[in-house]
Amino acid sequence: MPELRKERLDRGVKVRSDTIYALSSMKEIMFLVGPGLLLILLLLVLPLVVSPYWQRVMAITGVYALLSISFGFLANYVGLVCLGGALYVGVGGYLSGLMNAAGLPLIICIPLATFLGALLCTLLLLPCLPLRGVYFAIVSFIYPLLAGRLIAATGFYGGTDGIPGLDTLPNIWITLYLAILILLIILYGISRMVNYEDVGLVFRGVKDNELAIKASALDLTWYKVQAVYISAVMGCFAGAYLAHLYGWVGLSLFAIDFSILPVAATVVGGSGTLYGPLLGALILVPASEAMRAFGTLRIVFYAVLLVFFVVFWTEGILDFLKRKYEQFEHWVRI
Amino acid sequence: MKDDIILKVENVSKSFGGVKAVDNVSFTLRRGEVLGVIGPNGSGKTTLINLITGFVKKDAGTVIYNNQDISNWPAHKIADAGLARTFQAMRPYPTLAAYKNIIPPLFSPRARRSARGKLGDRSAVAIDLLEEVGFERDARVPYKLAGALPLGYLKRLELSRCLALMPETIICDEVFSGLSMSEIVSMVPLMEKLQRDGITLIMVEHRLRELFKIAGKAIVLNFGEKIAEGAPEEIFNDDRVKEAYFGGEDSYVFK
Repeated sequence: MPELRKERLDRGVKVRSDTIYALSSMKEIMFLVGPGLLLILLLLVLPLVVSPYWQRVMAITGVYALLSISFGFLANYVGLVCLGGALYVGVGGYLSGLMNAAGLPLIICIPLATFLGALLCTLLLLPCLPLRGVYFAIVSFIYPLLAGRLIAATGFYGGTDGIPGLDTLPNIWITLYLAILILLIILYGISRMVNYEDVGLVFRGVKDNELAIKASALDLTWYKVQAVYISAVMGCFAGAYLAHLYGWVGLSLFAIDFSILPVAATVVGGSGTLYGPLLGALILVPASEAMRAFGTLRIVFYAVLLVFFVVFWTEGILDFLKRKYEQFEHWVRI
Repeated sequence: MKDDIILKVENVSKSFGGVKAVDNVSFTLRRGEVLGVIGPNGSGKTTLINLITGFVKKDAGTVIYNNQDISNWPAHKIADAGLARTFQAMRPYPTLAAYKNIIPPLFSPRARRSARGKLGDRSAVAIDLLEEVGFERDARVPYKLAGALPLGYLKRLELSRCLALMPETIICDEVFSGLSMSEIVSMVPLMEKLQRDGITLIMVEHRLRELFKIAGKAIVLNFGEKIAEGAPEEIFNDDRVKEAYFGGEDSYVFK
């Protein structure tokens, strides 16, 4: 009978801190990159296997996933709790819609709406930047509400009817893979930035300690502006994308769902990283879609689910999975 | 020039509600000098520093640094001019490794203007800086999370964050407080080295014996007012200082 003992894979991989790894075998490399590869593979393969209805759900999930990452980036790495998701979507969507209605092709509309829209959103949020925490959240939440009322009251940009008949993205494959590609680029870019780039470290410094940033001769407001712009780029792209998924822009682009779901996704997925909110969005949006059969009752299920997470499972799904993954033991012969 | 005045504080005042935290304080500081700021708890030492470095808005008064009026400058611009500070309540970025705490100041415009910012990899520069203030590289202390560091290292981290800016002046808010005797003993040479490097120092301190190993003169605050200024002997023999620290003869202790 051979002697066996339990072994954990993460031992020996992490050396003294979360930032230093010592890798000695292919197995250990796979242990580290495996979850990421799995996510990429899943996102790339899923559109090929699901039904056309769920393909559309996936596209909308992509929109919410982008918004959740945008929220997670600001909340977890810059310390700004921004409920401006609906503002981003509305501004991005309307800009792209207006340009498209004026005759510009999508390939120009969407990028232009993304970057100009983000600039506009940043300018709107600029006066609120000295605020922190819940105060910033409340003020950023006012903008989408205000914008919706303003358009309804004045009748600008199609008023309550919106602007119909816009170009839609050519076909479902381009639609889906565009969202997935952008999502992966943003995930890679942001996680690289906040862990390895100097400016990303400044952002994290802003979250941890604003006074120390000032004492380091760095202009606090300027870095907050940059961070808000980055998050607004993600949100405005999501808005422009959504406008041309439906071929229509209207008041529902300023719907509070776009501001609130990222918060819920962060609660469910877990805070602290970008992947928590992403995972939350990937679970919540399809779950909400699957509960459509219950009609308006699904809001109740949704609420119960959220309360469950807030009260009983505060670490969120991602941290739970991560812990289990790192603690995974297997028997080895000695 | 050895004798020129680097910092001139004139009639600076600040009230919080009805409390006069800093009341009409003035002093001047020559380049390369070490000035101690002492006084009982709540006498306005930290507030005075906050006023000079722009972290709190002044009610009145002017601050001249290097012949520039910095009275109404924002904090980051004052730091950019070369007037760095540490915080009494340490302000690390707890979720980052210690050496990554030094990267934001190295990334600042001031550091990038100087040679240090151009010296290749900022992480390497950061680790060198930490080693300079006593982070043992061989024990991999610079790689530890700042949130997990003991107090002594945090004080050094604060200092090192200032040094990353290559400042001309450092205002140290109680670098010795809360440290053990042996930690203080190892900290004194560090401050002396800064002085030898030609850095002008202002040290807010309660540990007078260690302070006067380094500082040639001091100002004494009590209830926000400057009650004395001068060399250690002058201060210790000043009646108002004795009264502030030990209570005067007419105070209730003696009745």
